[in-house]
Amino acid sequence: MNNLVTVSHLTKKYGHKTALSDLSLTLNRGRIIGLLGPNGCGKSTLIKCMNGLLVPNKGEILIEGSKPGIETKKKISYLPERSYCQSNMQVRELLSYFSDFYENFLLEKARAMLADLDIDEKSSLKSLSKGTKEKVQLILVMARDVSLYILDEPIAGVDPAARDYILKTILTDYSENASILMSTHLISDIEAILDDVIFMKEGQILLSTDTESIRAEHGKSVDAYFREVFAC
Amino acid sequence: MSWNLDSDRPIYSQIMEQLKIRIISGFYAPGSKLPSVRELAMEASVNPNTMQKAFSELENTGLIVTMRTSGRFVTEDISMIQNVRTELANEQIQIFLTHMKELGFSIQDILHLLKNKENSGGELYE
Repeated sequence: MNNLVTVSHLTKKYGHKTALSDLSLTLNRGRIIGLLGPNGCGKSTLIKCMNGLLVPNKGEILIEGSKPGIETKKKISYLPERSYCQSNMQVRELLSYFSDFYENFLLEKARAMLADLDIDEKSSLKSLSKGTKEKVQLILVMARDVSLYILDEPIAGVDPAARDYILKTILTDYSENASILMSTHLISDIEAILDDVIFMKEGQILLSTDTESIRAEHGKSVDAYFREVFAC
Repeated sequence: MSWNLDSDRPIYSQIMEQLKIRIISGFYAPGSKLPSVRELAMEASVNPNTMQKAFSELENTGLIVTMRTSGRFVTEDISMIQNVRTELANEQIQIFLTHMKELGFSIQDILHLLKNKENSGGELYE
């Protein structure tokens, strides 16, 4: 129960292709964790298995002791790589949707964040730019009070200033018992806020460590070390 | 004062260095209360755990003192602050000397250059 997440011997195949291969992993509480790896290494598959959207062929995932299901959906706030929001909905409709759907959704917090980023609640999603849409969805996800936030490529389309705001929001708001797992390719932008990193390669864990030991042992930023490890 | 952090060295040790400078320069006065870990983590855009680690390391040196209920304070021990100041000055001198040696200057040459610099109108602090 001490670990927030325990993944043991997870294997997931898509037909003949193996996406995750006997992967084991633990995530601790109170950490901000970067899930890093080249395209197609299995990051999103792992994330989808944690959220119960994919069923693994072998192995097990426990989130605070429970297998992915109704219970764990209350504990995980998930930002998928693709939007699931209907584009004709207005931001305020989404807010009430989330309030109805999740008992741990903090409406006032979401409103304050939208106001900080000058996003009008009356605008419909389709009228917003790609980056602003991403901001709205990230706000909805971060405004829930949960144990684990899983963000799949959260800041890719967002401008640098808003990216800073979002990272600061993540830093101020997350509680000490919660963890954030985020997959990203924008390592240099986020590495100062990461406690730990997980490098994935071909469906397996290549490395799971804290960011300061990479800097201390290799004299390199996590970004530079990643480029070295995964040099093509 | 703004935070200037590189990502190719451990961040907590850079934060320690910069907190020390803030203390010896009087930006945080002796005996004054320090901002919270979270506030400073936000300000520096780093993880609160990293800021926490820098704080605990500085507590071990005695430069920062924790009062159980009221937060963290800069030490009131002015001689300790002076010592840290001298220590940092020595580090800077060592770096300077190493660079000057690489350029082929002896200690005598360096002293001479410094003397000239001083005589040419006290531009030492420009």
